[in-house]
Amino acid sequence: MKDYESLFRTNRLPHIWCPGCGHGIAMKALAKAIAKLDLDQDKTVIVSGIGCSSRASGYMDFDTLHTAHGRALPFATGIKLANPELNVIVITGDGDCMAIGGNHFIHAARRNIDLTVLLFNNNIYGMTGGQASPLTPVDKKATTAPYGTFDRPFNPCEVAKTAGATYIARGTAFHAAPLVDLIAQGIQNKGFSFVETLVQCPTSYGRRNKMGSAAAMLKDMSETVIPLAAYNKLSPEERNGKLPGGVLHTDIFPEYAAEYAKIITRAGGDKA
Amino acid sequence: MSEARLMQGNEACAEGAVAAGVRFFGGYPITPSTEIAEYMAVNLPKVGGTFIQMEDEIAGIGVVLGASLAGKKALTATSGPGFSLKQELIGYAAIAEIPVVIVNVQRMGPSTGQPTSPAQADIMQARWGTHGDHPMIALSPWTVRESFDVAIKAVNYAERFRTPVIILLDEVVGHMRERVELPQAHEIEIYPRRVPDKTKAQGYKPYTPMEDLVPNPADFGTGYRIHCTGLVHDETGFPSGSPSITEQTIERLHEKIARVQEEITHYDEFFMDDAEIAVVAFGGTARTAYAAVEAARSAGRKVGMIRIMTIWPFADSVMRNLAKRVKGILVPEMNYGQYVYEVERAAAGQAKVVSLPKYNSEVFTPDEIGQAIEELAAEVAE
Repeated sequence: MKDYESLFRTNRLPHIWCPGCGHGIAMKALAKAIAKLDLDQDKTVIVSGIGCSSRASGYMDFDTLHTAHGRALPFATGIKLANPELNVIVITGDGDCMAIGGNHFIHAARRNIDLTVLLFNNNIYGMTGGQASPLTPVDKKATTAPYGTFDRPFNPCEVAKTAGATYIARGTAFHAAPLVDLIAQGIQNKGFSFVETLVQCPTSYGRRNKMGSAAAMLKDMSETVIPLAAYNKLSPEERNGKLPGGVLHTDIFPEYAAEYAKIITRAGGDKA
Repeated sequence: MSEARLMQGNEACAEGAVAAGVRFFGGYPITPSTEIAEYMAVNLPKVGGTFIQMEDEIAGIGVVLGASLAGKKALTATSGPGFSLKQELIGYAAIAEIPVVIVNVQRMGPSTGQPTSPAQADIMQARWGTHGDHPMIALSPWTVRESFDVAIKAVNYAERFRTPVIILLDEVVGHMRERVELPQAHEIEIYPRRVPDKTKAQGYKPYTPMEDLVPNPADFGTGYRIHCTGLVHDETGFPSGSPSITEQTIERLHEKIARVQEEITHYDEFFMDDAEIAVVAFGGTARTAYAAVEAARSAGRKVGMIRIMTIWPFADSVMRNLAKRVKGILVPEMNYGQYVYEVERAAAGQAKVVSLPKYNSEVFTPDEIGQAIEELAAEVAE
């Protein structure tokens, strides 16, 4: 197995993330997954949007693209269709993916284009200092929800499923070792793959909600996210406050870039 | 030349783009630009290219920027509402120096406006629509044949200067049909995608400007492992918070276009030899203006015309010199008055500059422009 450390631009480190932030754990899991699959470093592109999570692209030694807020998926779609031999991995956050980029998310999933989307979900807008996101749970405080949130959050894995993603998994920064495999399986799926990773934001989310240290937040995650099989055995009441983890959904459906290659052949463009 | 064909402006624009090497189109349906998307859907796969209909206007430009970074010459097309939505990523293309062509077939606004009546009211938006400072190249054809030529120029400029280029069609030219004879492939000059000047081992940096002040960032997938961002960045491509790098970046973005301004300023002169009055017009309005000027000439009036193709960068020296040659300049345009302010600035009081705006959703008639010529002639004769 390739040394995952060689996949980082070490001259760009240290990273800008706050002490205790979970993004580094999620980024390391991605590097380990790429190393495990031995992807060609020159044929792998990492695309991100704007926000704390999206800074990860700059630290990784591939062709990397730090796009505009919410727009990672349209750029990634263009890259994949322009050169289908590239492995295209998208790193995004809860605001980037599910708020400003929500429309792109459902449509990329609908097309089943071969992208692997990693949502680093810290339940908050971190870069701008702690505003509520569409993934902030109810009754949590944020600078823009000083009396507590009351609007329902999305369940991004359910959104992805409804929209047509063919691989969906949920991991956490606590379950760092299994996260590597969840991401690797997503990369191997020829279609739209979605991996939600719960990460702690002690600075802009935990502190305001009295959730304790980063370690305490990680411990919470270890209790909140349980294996899908175990989750399925729970009664509706017992499921309250729990989330299923691991591979949640797989499906088989034609992949968009491969289908477009057939269109080119039908139009005679394969000989052009 | 090929055989004569009856073609629409939008169709000629799309065909010109493909002739210039465009192999990727992404966009969203919007009248009066949709024929460009439809042409691309049919014809791009025939040449191994890719068409994709995106979920919205913003995705329409995002997807072509991604394709361009992965090595394909790319174009998107839209109209007013979509042009507004695309602005942020036009700015992204400017700072990240990604070649891309955006066609805006102008229609009447603001907002949904008067769909889909003709207008030329996005002149200033084309120049100043995004936030932040950057230059812009915008070209406006006045015939169907020229829509083909302008598309080739736009693609070549986008690639050569690694910058967004806007084609400002209007509903008149976009939807008009004319007999055209197009050049053969070997008659068309194509600017190829720029490639790195050095290997990584030789110390390649993706955003080092070459002699023409344009950098050669490598296409994705070619082994250079570059970083591309909308943040201010140094020659390595990575973000920099340095005030001096920031200043140099903004200056270089402007200077790379400013230094070729004369070369890329395209215009025609008609009846200008002894003209005392000049009409300055572009796009669909220039066609009406030409008819009016021709009629006034037949009646013995010393009137000429400048037909502008390059809207941005503004044709400063052309207008400065024009103001020294004539007594009065008339600027008809299908808006409340936009381009005229630039003409006035360049004329600097050397000639009387008169605006002839039209914003009732109808095109000019030759008589309207003819009457304005007579009024201006009488005024400057006093």
